[in-house]
Amino acid sequence: MVTDHGMARFSRRGPERWLFRTVVVMLVAVLTTLGMACDNLSVDITTEDLPRDLIIMSHDSFNIGEDVIAEFEQEHDATVTILKSGDAGETLTKAILAKDAPTADLLYGIDNTFLGRALDEEIFIEYESPMLDNVPDEYRLDSSNHVMPVDYGFVALNYHIAWFDEQGVAPPTDLRSLTDPQYRVLTVVQNPATSSPGLAFLFATVAAFGEDGDYTWQDYWTDLHENEVLVTDGWTDAYYTAFSLYEGDRPIVVSYTTSPAAEVFFSEGALTEPPTANVLGDNSAFLQIEGIGILDGVRNEELAQQFVDYVMDRRFQEDFPTLMWVYPANEDAELPGVFEFAPIPDVPAELSPETIAENRERWIDEWTALMRS
Amino acid sequence: MKDSPVNLWRTARIALPLTFLLIAFAWPLFSITRFSLGWDGQGILSPFIDAASDSYLRGRFIFTTWQAALSTILALAFGLPSAYVFARYRFRGRGLLLAAITIPFILPPIVMALGLLSLLGPSGLANDALTGLLGFDNPPIRLLNTFAIILIAHVVYEYAIVVRLISTFWANMDPAVQEAAAMLGASPRHVFFNVTLPLLLPAVAAAAALIFLFTFTSFGIILILGAPQHATLEVEIYTLMTKLFRPHIAAALALAQLIATFGMLWAYVKLQSAAVTRIRLRAQGATPSTGRSPTDYIMRLGAIASVLLVLSPPVALLLRSFITPDGLGLDGYTAIMSNDRNEYFYISPIAAIRNSLAFAVVTVILAVPLGVLAAYGLRNPRAWWRNPLDALYMLPLGVSAVTLGLGYLLSLRIGEFDVRTTVVPIILAHTLIAYPFVIRVVLSTMRAIRPHLREAAHVLGASPLAAAMRVDLPILSRAILVGSVFAFAVSLGEFGATLLLNRPEYTTMPVAILNYLTRPGAINLASALAMSTVLMVVAGAGFFLIERARYRGWGEF
Repeated sequence: MVTDHGMARFSRRGPERWLFRTVVVMLVAVLTTLGMACDNLSVDITTEDLPRDLIIMSHDSFNIGEDVIAEFEQEHDATVTILKSGDAGETLTKAILAKDAPTADLLYGIDNTFLGRALDEEIFIEYESPMLDNVPDEYRLDSSNHVMPVDYGFVALNYHIAWFDEQGVAPPTDLRSLTDPQYRVLTVVQNPATSSPGLAFLFATVAAFGEDGDYTWQDYWTDLHENEVLVTDGWTDAYYTAFSLYEGDRPIVVSYTTSPAAEVFFSEGALTEPPTANVLGDNSAFLQIEGIGILDGVRNEELAQQFVDYVMDRRFQEDFPTLMWVYPANEDAELPGVFEFAPIPDVPAELSPETIAENRERWIDEWTALMRS
Repeated sequence: MKDSPVNLWRTARIALPLTFLLIAFAWPLFSITRFSLGWDGQGILSPFIDAASDSYLRGRFIFTTWQAALSTILALAFGLPSAYVFARYRFRGRGLLLAAITIPFILPPIVMALGLLSLLGPSGLANDALTGLLGFDNPPIRLLNTFAIILIAHVVYEYAIVVRLISTFWANMDPAVQEAAAMLGASPRHVFFNVTLPLLLPAVAAAAALIFLFTFTSFGIILILGAPQHATLEVEIYTLMTKLFRPHIAAALALAQLIATFGMLWAYVKLQSAAVTRIRLRAQGATPSTGRSPTDYIMRLGAIASVLLVLSPPVALLLRSFITPDGLGLDGYTAIMSNDRNEYFYISPIAAIRNSLAFAVVTVILAVPLGVLAAYGLRNPRAWWRNPLDALYMLPLGVSAVTLGLGYLLSLRIGEFDVRTTVVPIILAHTLIAYPFVIRVVLSTMRAIRPHLREAAHVLGASPLAAAMRVDLPILSRAILVGSVFAFAVSLGEFGATLLLNRPEYTTMPVAILNYLTRPGAINLASALAMSTVLMVVAGAGFFLIERARYRGWGEF
């Protein structure tokens, strides 16, 4: 005998009540969401005073001490919110899209590989911080003073020391070594079309080999390609899935000169020496300078300028090296001890922001065509 | 007037979903396209001409389509035996297993990559076994950055869609038809291919459509596991938009992708509405299988093999999270519990769980009624607008998430009313991806309901609403629960929300995992793995609990 599903129970407190509950819950959810949304709306129309809150857009690698931000907030009676906005390229794209109605007051994370584009789009207003005096000339980013330098770093080849010891192979010494047959299938790099360090590494090769002459950067990449270089789309998958120190089997990876120091630091005391080392030959490591700029449309310009000064001052500059693994631009800032494992290259590879702005897209296109074949 | 609530109900089931689509989909897409197409000042048509005349981009279009088609076929082939077993067998731990196989669906691609590589990577389990047992000098399996690993990952991701959609439908199917065929002398294989499969077609087609859309716009998996030559259209759009600063070409590609998707969806909805057979739906408990035919054994073996394949990445991750440089330990778990370095962006696992769950619950609460409502609007088989409307509802799954995410930056502000940096874009994005799942699951069951049940209710004096609530909903409850599982999963996995602005206080579990993996060092990998385990446990528990939530008296269906 089959009783038909539920029809037998035709009570008043039936499923309609369930519908009623659902509608109530939906309404509550929508209202709560809107309530949360309105909480964060920073529209100050009622008061004449300028808002005392700052919103900073940054790329995902940004990191700083909680107390460092809190001190600024206390000192200036302000609130600071940092919005993570993707990698450097995504962050800049978002700032350009929101140009007419910015979602933030400042943008941190523009480097020399993107500076030209940012200046072309005129998203920043000028500000020359007095702290600029403490930044050596070679680490100043923008002579037009739209972007103030905060930190710098070097994209460089890292190699896995134990792997080379075990195999009895000499580690590479400069970019050119990688084309040597004994380093076949050993290297992993990132795609310059999708990754910041990948792009910086492409620039390093352009700076090192040039566009004219017997051996151009295109020749170099053709040789690398023949030597079976592995190309991943981002730093994370290169480092954690392809590099032999972690899940992969390739002992040479494009990373940063600070990565060996970070390995010691994040080993939680297990290591006293880095498991990896840098390739520091002349013109092998690309200098990346990162900066902060005040966005056109800033609500409280004076407060934003105070924040820029604060970021370039020692308190902030001495805090971020072990959080972001970059070197402070302010020469007075003292580096933490672990940075003894993060030596600065004698002759880094460099390209001017203007050269980069002019050729960036063409180089990426040429690289893509070259590696496709 | 007796008519007015009826009319209200008729209007609402079309107007509400369309309003939502306008706000969350059409307007942002229109804003970003208008902004982008005029970028180079050459007029609106020139980007399309540029894109179409670029042989590289044409090649990407072809690659994108066929990798999606291949992934869909493979996922169906892997999932079908399991769908059968979950539909026809009652066994201990069935609910838990069903929750477990849905976990891979929500894993961030980098975590999936780490899971797959600890099995198939150069120092993974498979290679260790092969080198150890067979004496290979070098690891014989090399999968990183190959086409094969993309397909494997797609199958592992989309398997849950096949199993859940098809088994839900299958379980409610009255076996009397098959029994009759068997009695008339049909062999079990003959019954399967000529009776069962045609009846299952609506559910198979629904699963295929969802999987095709997901893999057609595949982004993270391609970036993490593929090589540059595996770039899909979505990856090209991303690169053109955020790296090469050619938004006009990107917008042209996104529109081409959208139009192609719409065409395929229209073909699909036509096929699906033609495939509908009204069948007698039975309560699930009434249809267990006692099959002992060879087909049954093959199905069981196939199910066990595919469950093992799908569960191995999460299990590998789980085990991996307890392995430290010096043996077993809880390093990662200890690290995520405290903010030792006093970081501004630190988030405790508790807060990350709370945020993820809050977004997921709101997504379920919005997407499920929206999807059910939309499905009701699509029920009338004679309306000319039904097929285009159905295709339109599915379109968000086939649109470029990169383009849409950036579109929110332009569209979610009207004068002083600016919600771009609030929770609104996150909720909109999650709901937008979640509700098509609800529509697909609900619609395939709804169309199979024989209309005379509802007619009987009308004759007995029930209003359309009462008929919907008391006749349809009990039958649909199972499908609605499955829809809820996917809405919940879509939100937990943060599909398509990658390009929004993230306030630190909204940090979810997937975002926290990615934060750990932006810097080098053993403890960061350990922390990411520990957080991934937390994510998997929370997701699995959520799936399990949602399916146990049943209204009294509805549970059998």
